[in-house]
Amino acid sequence: MIKPIRSILLASICALLFSLNGYTQSIPQAFKGAQIIPISGEPINNGVLIVENGTITTVGGASTNIPSDANVHNVSGKVIMPGLVDTHSHIGEGDGGDRSSALHPDVRIMDTIDPRSDTFRKALAGGITSVNVMPGSGHLMSGQTVYLKLRPANTIEDMLLVIDEEENIYGGMKMANGTNPIGNPPFPGTRAKSAALVRSLFVKAREYQAKIDAAGGDESKMPPRDIGMEALVQVLEGKRTVHNHTHRHDDILTAIRLSQEFGYDLVLQHVSEAWKVADEIAEAGVPASIITLDSFGGKLEAVDLKNANGKYLEDAGVMVGLHTDDGITDSRLFLRSAALAIREGMSRKGALESLTIANAKMMRIDDRVGTLEKGKDADFIILSGDPFSVYTHVEQTWIEGHNVWNRANEEDRKFATGGYEVFRGEVHTHHTDGGSQ
Amino acid sequence: MRYIKSFVFVFAFILLVQPLQAQQIAVKGETVYTMAGDPINDGVVLIKNGKIERVGPASNITVPSGYTIHEAKVVSPGLIDAHSVVGLAGHLNQDNDQDQLETSSAIQPELRAMDAYNAREALVGHLRDHGITTVHTGHGPGALISGQTMIVKTTGETVEEALVDSTTMLAFTMGSMISGAIKKPGTRSKGVAMLRQQLIKARSYAKKRANGDDYSVNLGMEALADLLDGKIKALVTVHKANDIMTALRLQQEFDFPMVVDGGAEAYLIIDELKAAGVPVIVHPTMMRTYGDGKNASFETAGKLYQAGIPVAFQSGYEGYVPKTRVILFEAGVAAANGLGKENALKVLTIEAAKLLGINNRVGSLEAGKDADIAMFDGDPLEYTSHITGVIIDGVKVK
Repeated sequence: MIKPIRSILLASICALLFSLNGYTQSIPQAFKGAQIIPISGEPINNGVLIVENGTITTVGGASTNIPSDANVHNVSGKVIMPGLVDTHSHIGEGDGGDRSSALHPDVRIMDTIDPRSDTFRKALAGGITSVNVMPGSGHLMSGQTVYLKLRPANTIEDMLLVIDEEENIYGGMKMANGTNPIGNPPFPGTRAKSAALVRSLFVKAREYQAKIDAAGGDESKMPPRDIGMEALVQVLEGKRTVHNHTHRHDDILTAIRLSQEFGYDLVLQHVSEAWKVADEIAEAGVPASIITLDSFGGKLEAVDLKNANGKYLEDAGVMVGLHTDDGITDSRLFLRSAALAIREGMSRKGALESLTIANAKMMRIDDRVGTLEKGKDADFIILSGDPFSVYTHVEQTWIEGHNVWNRANEEDRKFATGGYEVFRGEVHTHHTDGGSQ
Repeated sequence: MRYIKSFVFVFAFILLVQPLQAQQIAVKGETVYTMAGDPINDGVVLIKNGKIERVGPASNITVPSGYTIHEAKVVSPGLIDAHSVVGLAGHLNQDNDQDQLETSSAIQPELRAMDAYNAREALVGHLRDHGITTVHTGHGPGALISGQTMIVKTTGETVEEALVDSTTMLAFTMGSMISGAIKKPGTRSKGVAMLRQQLIKARSYAKKRANGDDYSVNLGMEALADLLDGKIKALVTVHKANDIMTALRLQQEFDFPMVVDGGAEAYLIIDELKAAGVPVIVHPTMMRTYGDGKNASFETAGKLYQAGIPVAFQSGYEGYVPKTRVILFEAGVAAANGLGKENALKVLTIEAAKLLGINNRVGSLEAGKDADIAMFDGDPLEYTSHITGVIIDGVKVK
């Protein structure tokens, strides 16, 4: 009974996607004449990109053979690069845990996101195609994050980026240390208490995991279901990544220490004082997702923030990603974040990767997105010029072979510029929830 | 003893003052934006005693001996931030470094900016490092009248050393963005009624003051009387079109000089603003779109400028992270969204100087003006360019 319904659903979703974009995917789409920045290799001048059935079939030079039935787009003078991947954002108007506890491993932000939120259109206007939407940083553990592909969608299910089919995992776990989660009980009052609360929780999760192992598949011996513990077991098994908000150099090392004690997969988020402990981060082999900002300060932990963090981490050999933390920075200007990192010494290559493949790796979606390579999802953006020039605009955003945002269309363009009644949804301003950045 | 002390003092004085006062500098640029005519290719700016001595093409100017030469790809006048709170607001964002908003009352025009300005604040240095040499700073938005503003150079160790103009504008806020910390009006109309009542009082105060009648001095009334007498301007932070119209109504009733600050919806009432002859210090281009500023657009500065409305850029007020914005970056995004590069550079310099009424001293590279200069290694507005030097009053500060 269930299966046919699901198929019908799937079919109607597909039909919707096709109708939204005005053509079917069976015709190959060829883009010729642009400079193609595949990320996986050197830029190709006057290149050709061919996509079909939602995936990339060819990336090559001017002499590439274009199928005779292809719909050819002349994009001479433009620049094509992969759709951007944002490892840390608050678009979608979702919620995380409440004030009843400092730790909410059971809470899923995906249960609260509005797939019609105009914040998704804003992200498309900035060239973002995949995003890790996270609950805030006012908790030690504010809940499960969700990895989304910004397809036009009626339901959140239409957008999910499932990274583990078997366990149905489509996100990470948001954690935070430093001052943001500190408060009155049940919140910790000090950094040491913060770490102790996290350790206690993971010790419990280990015990829960041991009970499951001991049951050996015998349902009658299984511990009672605990959805928070189940998510933490996924963390302990390395199947669900912890995204840990952290700023100060010692907090960064505490986040690393905890991940090593419990053996979980960690991505450091923000990492404002990364430049002070770049070598230690490198030695731990932990990736860092950083942010660049117009100034330091605004909170004590961000007083020593440097936009040169990208350079320091890159020099130390750390995998570096960038994020918007929207609304701390604006999804429409994600390319700018990387340009500011270059301004402070990061390499152009590193900056390009920090917008794409590095982030895809941190979200374990690098087999599908983050570069322009044969077989990957046809997620790409067409730019009017160099990705790091202030004068460059995102002209088109494509996801899985569909043009999902086009600056030439006034209804789309307004999401790039803003204006009267363009943005109706909530911007996560970070002022009310104990702060996120 | 005394002799030795004097000797040491004089010696130290010579050491300290010599390099500062007697500096003679030649700044050479592949492109020199003078803002007083077309950009000069391969230009030279000669500086003596803190002032610009001469500006022109290198082919016409021989650099005299004894001048220190600095070279840059692009040279422009020092940038002018037309509205900020830096120096009153500090980077730590703790209670003890946040003096931009006094919350004990909704109307406090007597509060002077210079009494709270920390010339050594790191955010002032941050602006300076981005080529900003002059900043209009002071009391921030958040109260019906939060206090006074002033103009300083982004240099000096005391406010006295930095000061250009001690009392420039009175900071008003209209609309819904009155701080929750203040015992505030419950509605927009109540706020306007409170302002009108206060301005009516100030009118009779100003009359007594002008007539030399016997009156007891009231510092708040003094400031409002100065406003009504046209000695200082109202800086009205307001975003929604209907609230901007209310500000214009208030201005017409009491006939005081006014500048609209923010103006997220100014593009909806361009004709009205033009007719009123009111300039706009446009909100930071990248302002977050929420609250009264929900309808902000990257294109506002361009639209207003094209319409002939005087505009300038501001870093504004930031309550969290980042603690200040930088007009160089705000100008870049505006340039890419309808304003254009050359216009954006004008708005960053000469247009801001005119709007603030200080174009006799700053805003362009012309003989006799303050030697405030920004140097770049490429297009000033490009994210990936760098500021390679900053000169303020003839002293190289970066």
